[in-house]
Parts: sequence; C-alpha cells; structure tokens
Amino acid sequence: MTTDNSGDVRLSGIGKTYGAFTAVHPLDLTVPQGSFFALLGASGCGKTTTLRMIAGLEEPTSGTVHLGDQDVTHLPPYKRPVNTVFQSYALFPHLDIFENVAFGLRRRGIKSVKKQVEDMLDLVQLGEQARKKPHQLSGGQQQRVAVARALINHPKVLLLDEPLGALDLKLRRQMQLELKRIQTEVGITFIHVTHDQEEAMTMADTVAVMNGGRVEQLGAPTDLYENPRTTFVANFLGTSNLIEAEVDTRSDEDIVLKAAGDKLVLPAARCSAPAPAGGKVLVGIRPEKIALAHADDAGSIPEGRNRLTGKIADASFIGVSTQYVIDSPACAELSVYVQNVERDARLVPGADVVLHWSPAHTFGLDAAQAIDAGTGEEVAA
Amino acid sequence: MSTLTEAPPPLAPAEPTAKPPRKRGRFTPYWLLLPGILWLVVFFALPLVYQASTSVQTGSLEEGYKVTWHFATYWNAFSEYWPQFLRSIFYAAGATVLCLLLGYPLAYLIAFRAGRWRNLIMILVIAPFFTSFLIRTLAWKTILADNGPVVHALNSLHILDLTNFLGWTAGDRVLATPLAVVCGLTYNFLPFMILPLYTSLERIDGRLHEAAGDLYAKPSTTFRKVTFPLSMPGVVSGTLLTFIPAAGDYVNSELLGSTDTRMIGNVIQTQFLRILDYPTAAALSFILMAAILVMVTIYIRRSGTEDLV
Repeated sequence: MTTDNSGDVRLSGIGKTYGAFTAVHPLDLTVPQGSFFALLGASGCGKTTTLRMIAGLEEPTSGTVHLGDQDVTHLPPYKRPVNTVFQSYALFPHLDIFENVAFGLRRRGIKSVKKQVEDMLDLVQLGEQARKKPHQLSGGQQQRVAVARALINHPKVLLLDEPLGALDLKLRRQMQLELKRIQTEVGITFIHVTHDQEEAMTMADTVAVMNGGRVEQLGAPTDLYENPRTTFVANFLGTSNLIEAEVDTRSDEDIVLKAAGDKLVLPAARCSAPAPAGGKVLVGIRPEKIALAHADDAGSIPEGRNRLTGKIADASFIGVSTQYVIDSPACAELSVYVQNVERDARLVPGADVVLHWSPAHTFGLDAAQAIDAGTGEEVAA
Repeated sequence: MSTLTEAPPPLAPAEPTAKPPRKRGRFTPYWLLLPGILWLVVFFALPLVYQASTSVQTGSLEEGYKVTWHFATYWNAFSEYWPQFLRSIFYAAGATVLCLLLGYPLAYLIAFRAGRWRNLIMILVIAPFFTSFLIRTLAWKTILADNGPVVHALNSLHILDLTNFLGWTAGDRVLATPLAVVCGLTYNFLPFMILPLYTSLERIDGRLHEAAGDLYAKPSTTFRKVTFPLSMPGVVSGTLLTFIPAAGDYVNSELLGSTDTRMIGNVIQTQFLRILDYPTAAALSFILMAAILVMVTIYIRRSGTEDLV
C-alpha cells in the first residue's frame, strides 16, 4: 500500500527443535503490513510454535525474526511491539475487565487510561461489563476482552493463537466476521493460527498451510483451494477425490491419462508433478465440480468432458445438496456433491452412473506422496 | 391378551425399589458428617465449654472449685501477664515474616522452576516431620550452642554486635535469647508456610505470565502485578498456619529460650501443670484465643482475600 513497512513480519530460516524433535523446520515467510495472515494446520504441525517465536515466548533454534527493519530475534516479549490473543484468553483473574484492558497501557507508564480503555471496551461492545471479573463473563465476552486487551496497545502485529477454539460454532462464525471487521478498521497486521480450514479461508487474505513443521503451500484461499500442490493441502482444505492414473500421452497444453480404462484429460498447467509419459500422477477433482448422470443418459453428456463410470454406493440428503459416494473401477469411494435443483429419482444407491466434469477443474499431483495425507485418517493407518 | 397380563409384574417390584434409594440418599450426607461432628463435639466443643466454666470458677485445690462467675480472673490474668502476651505476638509475627521470606522463594522455585526435581524438593520440605518436634527443637540447641559454628560465624561477621544492639541476643551467645526462640519457631513452622504457598502458586496458569510479558510487563513487574496477587490465598493461609500455632507455642521458648523469653504458652503450661491455678490458666487460654480471632479477622479483611481463600 504505502512505503510504511514497519508492520512487516519477516521470518528468515527460522526453526525450532526440542532435543531430537524438530517442531519447525527452518522456514522463510514474509507477512506484509496490514494483511490478515493465517497459519493453518493440524495440531502439532508447528504453527503455534512459529507464532510463539514471533511473540518472543519461544527462542528460535535458528534464523531471525524481523518486524519491519528491526531484528527482534533476541528481544524479550515485553520489548516487542507485538501483542497476542492467547488460546483460552489468559485473562488476569484477579483484575476486573477495565484493569485487564488497561494492563498494557499502565505497564508502558501511561497515566490517563480511562478514555482509551472505555473507547476500546465500546469497540468490542463491553462498556457495561468494565467492573466485572473475567469469570463472570461468557466465553464470547472473554474472547472480546482478550482482543481488546491486545489491540489497545496499537501493536505493529497482532498474533492470534486459536482465539476462537473455545467458542461454539455459531459464536465462532459471528466472531470470525467481527475479527475481520476489526482488522479492516484498525489496519494492523494479523497473524492467526488455526486448525479450522473454514476459519482460515473466511478470514485471511493469505493462508500458509503447515504440516510436520513445514509450510506445505502458501497463497490466497481460493488459490489454495483450486490449485492444491500436495495431497495434504488437497485433503486438508475441503475434500478432494484423488484418482491414481497413468500418463498416456502429453502435449504442451494437455496431459492425457488412463485410469482403469477411462480416459481423463488434465491441463498441463494444473499439474504440479513432472508427469512423464508412462509415469504415475494423482488426478484430483473437488466433489462439487462433478456432475452425475444416470448410465441411460450417458449419450447426452457433452463431448470433451472427463468421464468415469461407477455405481452409487451411498447417498445422503443434506438439504442444499445431496452427497453421493460412488464406487468406480478407477477409484473406490468417490465423493460427489450435487445441488438439489432438479433431483433425478433414478439416482439411488445401486444405480449405475456416469461422473463427468470439465477438464479445466482437474488438477494433478505427484503420485509419490501419501494419498490420504491430511484427511485425518492417515494417523490411524 | 397373555402378553398384556404378563406385563404388569415387572412394574410392581420396580416401584418399591425406585423409592427407597431416594429416601436413603437424602440422609446420606448427614450420616457421613456424623463421625466428624461427634469428634468435634467430644474433643473440641465439650472441652471448650469445660474450660469456659473453669475460667469463671474460684476456690482452691483442697476445697474444690465452684462456678462463681468470677470474671475478674480475666482482668487479673491479663494485667499480670500482658508482657508475655505481647512477646508471644512479636515472636510469632517475627517467625511468620521469616517463614514468608524463606518460604516464598522456595515455594516459587518448586512450583515454576524445579521441573523433575519438584517431588524430591517437596519430600525434603516434609522430611523433618518424620522426626519428633521435640527432638528437632533440641537439635537446635546443638546448632546454636555457645561454642558452635553458628555463633562463631555470627561473631566473626559482627552480626552478633548488631543483634545485641537490637536486643535480640545478649553477650556472646544466641541460645537463651529471643533470636534463638524466633529461629526455632521459624524452623518448626516453615513447612506450614511452604505447602499452602506452593499449592496456590502451582495453580497459577503459566500463560498468565506469558500474557503479562506480552503486555510489556518486565519479569519483576509480572511478579508484582500478577504472580504475587494471585498467590495471596497461599500467603494468607500460610501466614495463618504459621502465626496461630506459633503464638501459642511453648516448646521453643522452653528449650531454646530463658526466663526472659517466656511466651504466653509457657505461662499457661506453668499455671496448669505446676501452680495448678486452673481458672487463671483457662482465662489466659481464652484471652489468647480471642486475641488471635480478632487479629485474624482483621488480617483477612485487610488482605481482601475472602473470595479467594
């Protein structure tokens, strides 16, 4: 936006090991001033450790942390222009809401805090609760106090460690919008750690997906969703159907693949694997991109679409859509979400169907990776 | 039809079994309270009433004692022994402050820094309890002996000059001085300070320290503004557990002190067991109890921890 980059966060080669365990592999990351950045991953992926290294609560084993042009790697937390909204809030139980919010101001020797604290409490709609103790508030209210307590210090960067994890679903959705609104209003860099992919996608303008102490992929939510480059990202962000296929022929634009006798086309630009002729590729397609036709209507499917044949194994009606599980020779248990616009009464479990989709929605991944990474089932396997 | 006629029987026994547990359950808490209440009545309430009646009796050992509602005993006892009362409170307060100064850092260390040594240090804190109170206090006689290393060290460091000047010690000795009694009290009641302090420190969420640091509080400020206020319940119960028994203690003064360091506990013991003036002894006990109750009430009010304890 402007030349002011004091709110930039630059991590260079930052890593953390505990004895023989590597929590975060050395990573480089730049979060530009004023952006809403999300670190997304399952628990234990290193996202919270990364956040804590920015806050100064964890000393990195290697690398440096810069805020703007200032190297803060070895600064203690109380000297960093950064504030944190902690998981489960960590409000001071012996202080009332007013004093909790005023804490940071008072520590910096600011005498007249009344006006600022009251304005901040109004911003988070807690003006009435100023003299209550934290335990007298509901979870959502405590969460807003935690945000107010951090924001009142006008930090260069606000760090949020799973701030909505303790709230119920409805309140969580509401607070997501609220936080997004506050971020737009104050224009501070937000770095948000979450394991909830929906939360990351609705709130952040850039998402870094972390897995096993590494950043798997970084990008805008739509980009990550439409063009995942690893099976982990494909499975962790929403649901993907991954089909093992063999490269038949390839041109500059398209790769033609064979999967159990069916022919699939994949734009070469959307394939993140080298895919030489004769090699293996995982073909990915999102469930909502697939259309379903009864086998009797196979003839009416337009030319140039990817097709697979199969049999409906299961169908669950969930209101806006129906979710089908389809067994196909190419891939067991394909998911297909069909909007309930015109329901075909013949599409019941046991029916033979043809799945078809536009090749433009297909993506290709390296077949050397675990196909079920990021599904939440690979741990048990 | 046959299935219908068969259906009622299982219902019939179900009704009586459903009711009794509820009835029995209603009184269960009281039955469970009973042993404790009996214990308190027999060993606390009854002796207390008995002592109260003794304190207002007159008479002599030969003629027997009678309740004459002679409240003057209280005034006489207090006017004669107020120096010992005052001394008890000073010594107990001194020992309590020393316990707090020694115990807080140790409790802090155990709660936050000890790591895998935590249990070992806890055992070391409690270990003295495996030896008798008397023997431990007698051991201090050796530690503070006139020609022992402690006196020697204090002497060569000229600390004894300072304590002599303050009136805590006299001449070249520590034994038989107020300092020795306060040291004994401190030593004997230290675990009663450390344990409640540790419990309340250990309960503090470590993230609160992080949050304070994140909000620009230096470690020392974090301690002053977060850790210490949150440990107040432990400070209050620790000081009470130290002060109350120390104020009534007589063993330390008996073994480590002299006639000049007699505490109110020594007076009561002498009145009961040697002079056999039961009314005076009982009256002194009640005065001590009342004084402690008043002080403790004011203390708890002032420290504002009623809702934290």
